[in-house]
Amino acid sequence: MEKALMLGNEAVARGLYEAGVTVVSSYPGTPSTEITEHVTKYNEIYSEWAPNEKVAFEVAFGAATGGARSFCAMKHVGLNVAADPLYTASYIGVNGGMVCAVADDPGMHSSQNEQDSRHHAIASKTPMLEPSDSAECSRFTSLAYELSERFGTPFLLRLSTRVSHARSLAPLSERNEVGVKEYKKDVMKNVMMPAMAKGAHVRLEQRLLDMARFADTEAVEMGINIAEYNSTEIGIIAAGTSFVYAHEAMGDSASYLKLGMVNPLPAELIRDFASKVDRVIVIEELDDIIETHCIKLGIKVTGKELFSNLGEFSQATIAAALKGEKAECEVFGEEIPLRPPVLCAGCPHRGLYYALKGMGLYVSGDIGCYTLGAQAPLSMMDACVCMGASISGLHGFNVARGKEQAKKSVAVIGDSTFIHSGITGLIDIAYNKGFSTVIVLDNSITGMTGHQNNPANGLTIKGDPTVAVNLEALARAVGFSNVVVVDPFDIEGTKTAVKAELLKEEPSLIISRRPCALLKTVKHSAPVKINADKCIGCKACLNVGCPALSQTKRENGKSLAVIDNTQCVGCGVCASACKFGAIEKGGND
Amino acid sequence: MATKNILIVGVGGQGTLLASKLMGKCFTQQGYDVKVSEVHGMSQRGGSVVTYVRYGEKVYSPVIEKGEADIIISFEQLESARWLPYLKKGGVLISSTQRIDPMPVIMGKAEYPENILSKLSEKDIKLVCLDALSLAIEAGTPKCANIVLLGAAVQFLGIEKEMWVDIIRSTVPPKTIDVNLKAFELGYNAN
Repeated sequence: MEKALMLGNEAVARGLYEAGVTVVSSYPGTPSTEITEHVTKYNEIYSEWAPNEKVAFEVAFGAATGGARSFCAMKHVGLNVAADPLYTASYIGVNGGMVCAVADDPGMHSSQNEQDSRHHAIASKTPMLEPSDSAECSRFTSLAYELSERFGTPFLLRLSTRVSHARSLAPLSERNEVGVKEYKKDVMKNVMMPAMAKGAHVRLEQRLLDMARFADTEAVEMGINIAEYNSTEIGIIAAGTSFVYAHEAMGDSASYLKLGMVNPLPAELIRDFASKVDRVIVIEELDDIIETHCIKLGIKVTGKELFSNLGEFSQATIAAALKGEKAECEVFGEEIPLRPPVLCAGCPHRGLYYALKGMGLYVSGDIGCYTLGAQAPLSMMDACVCMGASISGLHGFNVARGKEQAKKSVAVIGDSTFIHSGITGLIDIAYNKGFSTVIVLDNSITGMTGHQNNPANGLTIKGDPTVAVNLEALARAVGFSNVVVVDPFDIEGTKTAVKAELLKEEPSLIISRRPCALLKTVKHSAPVKINADKCIGCKACLNVGCPALSQTKRENGKSLAVIDNTQCVGCGVCASACKFGAIEKGGND
Repeated sequence: MATKNILIVGVGGQGTLLASKLMGKCFTQQGYDVKVSEVHGMSQRGGSVVTYVRYGEKVYSPVIEKGEADIIISFEQLESARWLPYLKKGGVLISSTQRIDPMPVIMGKAEYPENILSKLSEKDIKLVCLDALSLAIEAGTPKCANIVLLGAAVQFLGIEKEMWVDIIRSTVPPKTIDVNLKAFELGYNAN
């Protein structure tokens, strides 16, 4: 069979194609984003970016009700947003198969928490598969559709950073055109009111029992749950990434029960495995879900006693815990400065933050590239919780502390995040006679996840022109009478506008509009130049926090600003920071 | 054969992903099992980034831990120092001489260590240094420093040079084939 080296996410997309999926709706979120990006390569599949994960889930569920095989993808915290439909979709069940991929981020490479999505599977009573490499990503995805239709339930597919963002070999198969199933009106099944939901809950509990039996029996025959016997001194129960780390560390010196289905978990299979080994170790990143299940079954296991519920594991974590081994290595022997990610040179967010700096503001922040502005030297964020919380959180803060406080506070939120779940907060402020000032950082793209189009930029997932949300008109329509647009590279103009809006004892929306500097459509200016005669080495320009700007020493020992011409795009924000006019426009124009 | 481990480190935005993509493709063509673990998303830009490339008969884990790397290819001096503990004793470190100050250094909150490369040369490793950025500019664009470094690494990767040339030719955008092949040659001849 033909094989290809594929990213885990790409392999999930391949699995969708092979399973005959026709409808995909997702919201971007690291590390899940590339699944849907790869789906766009398949013309047989309709794909879209939804405004948020709840909408994406509902679109996919609606498509499944209509008889199609459908899919949605999101990151772990996205499933919190989609939890509402998920928990009732499991009651209703599906017509066409439906899979929702959820990508966890142990170690928080790009997330605000490291919650374990398996809790959602258990709580919503939804079956969950967990692949450990790209080959399983495509195989489990395809299998999930067969099982979804056979058991009449949506399926969750749990991924994690090291599965989603690792390339490994996966086989390629032909597409299985399953078509769209017939839709029949069925109020008892599809309309969840108390009378119907009571019956649905009974069916759901029975389905879980059936699926648990499946996990013990057919899941083994289908190569989803696999027992591998080597040395029987140690028997390791693990799934996904934890399994590959364990196998790497222990090789033939342990036996393995690899669980591809993590909800519901098997019982007899685990009992049988435990009876054949001397000691059972459960290895799972994040929470103790398999371990708790084993304890409930009355099986003696060791788990979180040895393995933390913090962060990522690796083969080294397991070798250290089970074999007491630690690799030898060289060390540099001096302190190495950290290198945190920074706003890019020419980033429009920098201009906005620099304009706000020094105004003594409380800044209610949100999730996106602009969260990087929380770090020094900009240090322009007081709070950041979750998507959309900047606006509602600011409203609460200001209601608690009064109108005078509101004159010294703003919310900052990106265009995509605003569409995702900022709009409802905006309505809350207007409806409840609030007096907060909200700034939308409109850079015409979903930046942080790697440039996805969104409902505010007028382009579909495939880059085709479409309607764009008019942010100004939207704000007015919900009751904001003060709406202004500023250019974040115009520092003085931005300052003046923000000050004016803050003084008003009514709600204001400021749109800080300039496209992301990394967009191919953005034309850059020549790098700025340092006039060495004017530069006094005061380092004030460093407060803009631009990676293209640093200081060097002159021969006389005094500081001199220097520009990295390979990075500088001539945005000129640093020039606003120089009182001596030492930073000049570059080029010949 | 035992699994071989290669670490590619640098600063987000330097093009580490193309180097790992080419390696993954090449080792796959040679019939190896391969795992490449990457860092994605704009949120990593300007930060310290790492890509793990592992190949052998059967590779389980996608990551490389301290003391496990056979080769580290580093796009920046400070990153060479940061990731040194991941190298096996006696392993090969290919380091660009490029220096990019991280924000704490720019702000004067931390010191960029002095003479990193000469300090690294005293360690129990094989160190290969080259000015990948200048060579890339010589080839035509600073963007192909990644291919210069790949060229410098080839002698340690156990696969014939011609194979790499074919892989580059079939992977990079057609317009950039010439400049990338020139960069590859310059890196290959640099040590």
